[in-house]
Amino acid sequence: MSAVFEQIFQVGFLAAIIRIATPLAFATLGEMFSERAGVLNLGIEGIMLLSAMTGFTATSLSGSLWLGILVAVLTGMLMGALHALFTVALGLSQHVCGIGVTLFSSGLAYFLYRLIFGQQSVPPSIKGFETLPIPVLSSIPVLGPAVFNQFALVYMAILAIPLAAFVLYRTPWGLSVRMVGENPRAADSAGVSVIGTRFQAVILGGALMGLAGAFLSMAQFNAFTFGVVSGRGWVAIALVVFGRWDPWRSAGAALLFAFVDALQLRMQASGLGHIPYEAFLMLPFIFTIVAMAVMSRNAVAPSALLKPFRREER
Amino acid sequence: MFRLEVRTSTPAWFNLALPLLAIAATLVLCSGLIALAGAGVIDAYGVMFTASLGDSYAITETMVRAAPMIFTGLAVAVAFRAKFWNIGAEGQLLAGAVASCFVGAIPMPGPLAMLLMAVAGAAAGAAVALVPATLRVKFRVDDVVSSLLLNSVIYYALMALIEGPWKDSFSGYPISPPIEDSANFPVLLEGTRLHLGVVVALLAAPLIWFLIVRTTLGFRIRVTGENPEAARYGGINVERVLLSTALLSGALAGLAGVGEVGGVHFQVMSDISPGYGYSGIVVAMLARLNPLGVVPAAIFLAAVMTGAEAMSRATGVPAFLSDVIQGTALLAMLVALLFTAYRIRRVGAAR
Repeated sequence: MSAVFEQIFQVGFLAAIIRIATPLAFATLGEMFSERAGVLNLGIEGIMLLSAMTGFTATSLSGSLWLGILVAVLTGMLMGALHALFTVALGLSQHVCGIGVTLFSSGLAYFLYRLIFGQQSVPPSIKGFETLPIPVLSSIPVLGPAVFNQFALVYMAILAIPLAAFVLYRTPWGLSVRMVGENPRAADSAGVSVIGTRFQAVILGGALMGLAGAFLSMAQFNAFTFGVVSGRGWVAIALVVFGRWDPWRSAGAALLFAFVDALQLRMQASGLGHIPYEAFLMLPFIFTIVAMAVMSRNAVAPSALLKPFRREER
Repeated sequence: MFRLEVRTSTPAWFNLALPLLAIAATLVLCSGLIALAGAGVIDAYGVMFTASLGDSYAITETMVRAAPMIFTGLAVAVAFRAKFWNIGAEGQLLAGAVASCFVGAIPMPGPLAMLLMAVAGAAAGAAVALVPATLRVKFRVDDVVSSLLLNSVIYYALMALIEGPWKDSFSGYPISPPIEDSANFPVLLEGTRLHLGVVVALLAAPLIWFLIVRTTLGFRIRVTGENPEAARYGGINVERVLLSTALLSGALAGLAGVGEVGGVHFQVMSDISPGYGYSGIVVAMLARLNPLGVVPAAIFLAAVMTGAEAMSRATGVPAFLSDVIQGTALLAMLVALLFTAYRIRRVGAAR
């Protein structure tokens, strides 16, 4: 048994956790910003997929990885703006619009990918990001190679967590976001533009979702496949709830999920497949549903979530 | 000068005009993608139409595809009428498919097997839908997120089954063993795939319409959705209505899975549903949550899906156009629905 544990818990395992957690951290932070402003964005699954496609395509055509990242982020922002247009400006129901955005973005991603690359027996790939060891830090035993010998996007995700917390809790804009998500009427009386702030938060969320998608097709798999996102957007929806709409907790939840996912991959590889791997993949969803029931007594969700704001209606 | 005004009532012709407007807008918007692919817009839509509705065989293929979306569309329409936000039709469909396949593999007389498959599938779908409804009623848990997340739980459960204990030992692929031949739904037209389940789906729509519009339960569902406070004041047990709605909605979604197993695939695989549960939301919204409207709305989406493959072969436009059309149609319909809430009124320039 100890040999098995040694095989599982090694540097490669820690590095794998970090890599799996990265796109989830971006996506979770993105969804969190949107929801803190009072807008549930179920478009996340499709937005990640479309961004993964546009980022991959831009890099594939231009040869520049960072141009691909830029295109993916812009794609995410554009789709975020579309969701905000429907739900914030027009006040349409957020969950149905979100499903609409996901259906539309996924369809568009499949369509454009097939149009640009045709049907090939071997899917085209790009030379994706390479690991970027950080001097000194990467030579720390165990932690060094696992955390500080990663893709640049991984470092960005690690920095994004405290940054998101700072922006949300310590800046005037973050205060506005929390106000329009908790009590838009009061925010409006205080002179905060509810519509404007919600638009900004959903678009920022879209940018982060775009990064999440780009990481998948440009660092993790170096190719775009139709299953490249495969439910990670829905995982992020769960992690935001599980992380109680807080950047630190949400990122922690992403790390926890990544640990479980990496563990199940290792157990499959080591032939310890007594427990079906799907049981592990189900866990975050089941935990979240249970957590929602337990948490419901002390309402932690943004009060105005799912509620459109119209000034004239009192 | 034009001004937006809040509407108090909507004329009846809106029910027909709005979906047609949304579909027209969708086709116009998506024609840009056809042009981008270098094909003629009229050509592409023409092939799409003839390949899905142009001859009797094409129509049967479209109807076979429409059947599951009629069921999921009804499931969503019923749920949304009560403002039970069931985004989980996909998972409920999968649960129905698994349960009916399990029953269909037991040797027994054909008609009995089909009946029990339907009962088992409907019960499984209902059981899944009961989870978010119970959580909402007992713990005030948001039903949008819980019903959505359950889709993933059910999907992985299905995968665990067909990759594990339930894997078909003959084929070696991750698919379930087939149901008994005698349990295959009878084909109604020689040489086509038009099966009994399609007729059941077509009959379900007026039945559900009757239930919603003419029965006490339907009345309770509508009042609960429109004004829960008034419903409670009027002596309606809102919690109970929500649970009944969930059972009905889940059962309908489960029946979508039953039809796919009994009439189309005869076994369960991971891609047994290409998102029919989510398409149900599109169908229900296009139908303005009217059960009778669900049928034409589902046939429209099915025709787009069936026609897209032929269009792709003939013109080279990727068949994924049908996915874009589906998403665009939903968003266009939501925008069109604004006309039910507001009217544009011409106001004199001088005040």
